[in-house]
Amino acid sequence: MDIQTWTYILVGLTFALYIGIAIWSRVGSTSDFYIAGSKVPPLANGMATAADWMSAASFISMAGLIAFMGYDGGVYLMGWTGGYVLLALLLAPYLRKFGKFTVPDFIGDRYYSNVARTVAVVCAIIVSFTYVAGQMRGVGVVFARFLEVPINMGVYIGMVIVFFYAVLGGMKGITYTQVAQYCILIFAYMVPAFFISFQLTGNVVPQLGFGSTLADGSGTFLLEKLNQLHQELGFAEYTSGTKSTIDVFAITLALMVGTAGLPHVIVRFFTVPKVRDARKSVGYALLFIAILYTTAPAIAAFARVNLIETVSNEQYDEVPAWFTNWEETGLLSFDDKDGDGKIQYVANEQQNELTIDQDIMVLANPEIANLPNWVIALVAAGGLAAALSTAAGLLLVISTSISHDLIKKQIMPEITEKVELVWARIAAGFAVVVAGYFGINPPGFVAATVALAFGLAAASFFPAILLGIFDKKMNRQGAITGMIVGIVLMLFYMIKYKLGGFGGGTEADWWFGISPEGFGTVAMIVNLVVAITISRFTADPPEDVQDLVEEIRYPGPAREITDQ
Amino acid sequence: MGKEKNMDEYWHANLRYVGILTSIWFIVSFGCGILLVEPLNSIQIGGFKLGFWFAQQGSIYVFVVLIFVYVWLMNRLDKKFDVHEG
Repeated sequence: MDIQTWTYILVGLTFALYIGIAIWSRVGSTSDFYIAGSKVPPLANGMATAADWMSAASFISMAGLIAFMGYDGGVYLMGWTGGYVLLALLLAPYLRKFGKFTVPDFIGDRYYSNVARTVAVVCAIIVSFTYVAGQMRGVGVVFARFLEVPINMGVYIGMVIVFFYAVLGGMKGITYTQVAQYCILIFAYMVPAFFISFQLTGNVVPQLGFGSTLADGSGTFLLEKLNQLHQELGFAEYTSGTKSTIDVFAITLALMVGTAGLPHVIVRFFTVPKVRDARKSVGYALLFIAILYTTAPAIAAFARVNLIETVSNEQYDEVPAWFTNWEETGLLSFDDKDGDGKIQYVANEQQNELTIDQDIMVLANPEIANLPNWVIALVAAGGLAAALSTAAGLLLVISTSISHDLIKKQIMPEITEKVELVWARIAAGFAVVVAGYFGINPPGFVAATVALAFGLAAASFFPAILLGIFDKKMNRQGAITGMIVGIVLMLFYMIKYKLGGFGGGTEADWWFGISPEGFGTVAMIVNLVVAITISRFTADPPEDVQDLVEEIRYPGPAREITDQ
Repeated sequence: MGKEKNMDEYWHANLRYVGILTSIWFIVSFGCGILLVEPLNSIQIGGFKLGFWFAQQGSIYVFVVLIFVYVWLMNRLDKKFDVHEG
């Protein structure tokens, strides 16, 4: 069977599965809709969190990004996993004990202030929308690539599927589809990785193949070979980086702290029955994420070697078929500058004749390695699973922010649960449509703002939640000022150095040599310092709030989550 | 009064665990993977330079272990202070 037929079959089967789960898990209460009634077993929640977290970018783009960055790619690997340690140790158990529906719920109650709640809602919505636009686009791109439908058509199909299970099943529907999506995406990621690792190094486990000798009998280590190739072509050594140490440090910390502060990740730990389940399920989540995240750098190195060996200095008219196929998509382009008919792939931009999009590294990997057609189709189904699962999680945060944090908690507190649930569904439907719109008309700033989402979460949520738990004397004046100063500073820096506002600026003007991607670290520290200083000069929080802080520190007997 | 003192002890034991484990978290990622990457890269284990390995593999494995160690420590502590759930 050809690739197209296989893709239709596998994508069709997985979509039927998602819809089946949606129908099975439809819900009738707000507790089910927002947090799946807090009945999700820790293992299932771990898988759901992993799928929620790993987006189209993790699945499709990350390995390629690392392949081009070498050592520097470690900022993503450590940055997007290390945050889970912070979640497990500093946030998740306490927020579960607090036992409400959303992150703004915690901020609003802990800082006894609807201003704080509203600041939190605005942050949650901005962070989630910037993220979700990219996911819907990702769905469209995968469809376009593998099923040869227009990108916009792909976005519509994705919207219909997400609409179906998010509106019908809420968090419960999303959770169990995410469990299925995790299984599909990890299988789709690992199968080609096993094949390629075995072909290149003779070791089937990619994490080990990464550090093994090549299977060609030369006795050279894979990474040694890669460093040699890089040297010959004029690239920086693969195992050393080009970024400054302080920038690598700042980016890694900003991504970690941002991860721990992302509302769609935090809310997943409201769905388990107990405090100890919250701790354990963060562990499972990271374990499931680590399977992909330790494979990605191996794939990056394999793909890099394969690519250079296949194309570098080869005759253009003798390249394998995949090269021409991907040229048609525009992700690969060859410009024979010196007219010798050979492909020169070198670091020097004047002489380099080959332009490669990072996404190709994962998408074309099965073809480069001559794997069977069903494996190629599997990668398509996996990419869709990764994009859809993340989109659904984000949409739920947006709809909950609107129906619960704004309508129920502030605008119309008198509405019944039934009415609130109707609002939740309307908000979810509305969010799907808006996300679809951005998927079809992607705003130019999306690429820039995904990094902003982490910086924003690091600069706002993380300090407010952390201090809310660990500093009993933190009051609303300190927390609100801290959040606002943190966000504004982060926005200012991003707009100035990323989008050219406020007079713009170049790398030479960066504060402390820290890039906008890493600036969340600085903004977070400023937030902490401002919040602590102000709280020491203003009134202590009321007794009942201090008692609340005391209470969330001890697991105590499990409590049903109720909405008050 | 006695109960309150107990709760203080529980909280301080928790803070101690958190302090130790986050130090390890910091050492493997920011220490071995970033600040000390150059000196560690002079050590070769199999096909890996050690600093590079910490940045792209090792720190992630340690993160996973850290969380499960914390889960185990806290379950034990919850039982000891009788604050575990149902």
